[in-house]
Amino acid sequence: MPRTVLETELKNLKSEVLELGQRVGEAMLNSIEALKHRDVEAARKIMEDDKKINEARFEIERATLIVIATQQPLAHDLRLLASILDIAGELERMGDYAKGIAKINILMGDKPLLKPLIDLPRMAEIATDMLRQSLVAFNNDDAETARQIPQRDEEVDALYNQIYRELITFMIQDPKTIDQANYLLWAAHNVERMADRVTNICERVIFTATGEIVELA
Amino acid sequence: MQPQLNITEPTRAAATATDLKMETRGLSVYYKNFRAIKEINLPVYENRVLAIIGPSGCGKSTLLRALNRMNDLVPGARVEGEVLLDGENIYAPGQDVVDIRRRVGMVFQRPNPFPMSVYDNVAFGPRLLGIRKKSVLDEIVERSLRAAALWEHVQDKLGQSGMALSGGQQQRLCIARAIAMEPEVILMDEPTSALDPMATLTIEDLIQRLKENFTIVIVTHNMQQAARISDFTAFLSMDEDRAGYLVEFGPTVEVFTNPKEKLTEDYITGRFG
Repeated sequence: MPRTVLETELKNLKSEVLELGQRVGEAMLNSIEALKHRDVEAARKIMEDDKKINEARFEIERATLIVIATQQPLAHDLRLLASILDIAGELERMGDYAKGIAKINILMGDKPLLKPLIDLPRMAEIATDMLRQSLVAFNNDDAETARQIPQRDEEVDALYNQIYRELITFMIQDPKTIDQANYLLWAAHNVERMADRVTNICERVIFTATGEIVELA
Repeated sequence: MQPQLNITEPTRAAATATDLKMETRGLSVYYKNFRAIKEINLPVYENRVLAIIGPSGCGKSTLLRALNRMNDLVPGARVEGEVLLDGENIYAPGQDVVDIRRRVGMVFQRPNPFPMSVYDNVAFGPRLLGIRKKSVLDEIVERSLRAAALWEHVQDKLGQSGMALSGGQQQRLCIARAIAMEPEVILMDEPTSALDPMATLTIEDLIQRLKENFTIVIVTHNMQQAARISDFTAFLSMDEDRAGYLVEFGPTVEVFTNPKEKLTEDYITGRFG
């Protein structure tokens, strides 16, 4: 009793999730790059592209529901499909964070950055790399790797705290910088949230592989 | 208006074990030299639905029929091990087979009403037990037909032949006939495989209601059906010597979402064989 149709559908859905993840990761890195260079045009494009991310997420949802309705998946197959619904949602929200950073870039108008961005791009690189690793673990059904990835969230949190302290110092020293500093703080917050959502993906990977529902720190 | 939550019967939680109604211990059934099932240890919990699933020829029906000594009727059939009903081995010397089959009733794959009226079909068993009084029989017939969700459809045509009913109604008549004997356990051998989808769902719905008063063991080829209606699932497979054995037993929601054995996973996800 082979399940050719079901297996093809699962494979297709998995690659759609990977593709969506790839796009989201790029959107995040691009939004930071655009902010770094105060490139408002690039920021507009990122906001526009977010629509495609949302569409891809809904397409994955639609296809997943069809597979559930027509193929009656059970056990690992069923857990995988439930996780795909969840992960697609997480990815879409990460896309919104990238879009949020692009919007901040536009809102900042023609004001220059308070200082060159160094920690923020570093944060985004780590968060994006965590995302990439989580998607590899998802693709390989690898619960062990999924358990390790969230440990890197500490690096992200440490950088966020550093940025936070720095920006508060700016604001105390010169209240005229409050607007600008606040914008940057929001951008950093978005990146920090993205890394948190990678943890959620890792939890789903573990659930798919083992049936175990865990809460990773 | 306040939104109202009407959750009467939560199906999300794994079924909990109740008292053991039946239990097989090291049960093997032989047909002459062929061992059809081997060393099966299986609990049957009271007021729960147990589904037995597995590939063709793995001994599901043999196991089911061993639970009320139906195999006694097969020449050359022999049993090793024990089948306990309320703690007593039904294969122990001196056990009354007729009484065991009254306590453990059976419904078959194809509806098999007797060629007589609806009323007589249901009254058949009680009459065999010596009940003659019309008022008592009337009461048993109505109660049994009600329990089988058939009363409303046949109360005006109790004298009509049972064979004239639709397939789904015939099967419910057979269930009513089993209920009339006031069994404690009802065995069902693929009770919906000869029925259309609507009749199937009606029987499934009925099974859910019957478990309030009876313990039910059902053999089904339809895994989705097992998932829909049972509290516990037993998965049987065949060994190299073609003897059926128990691979996995557990609450249905666990067996179908996260089976412990790879064999079970392969079977329920359709990757068996």
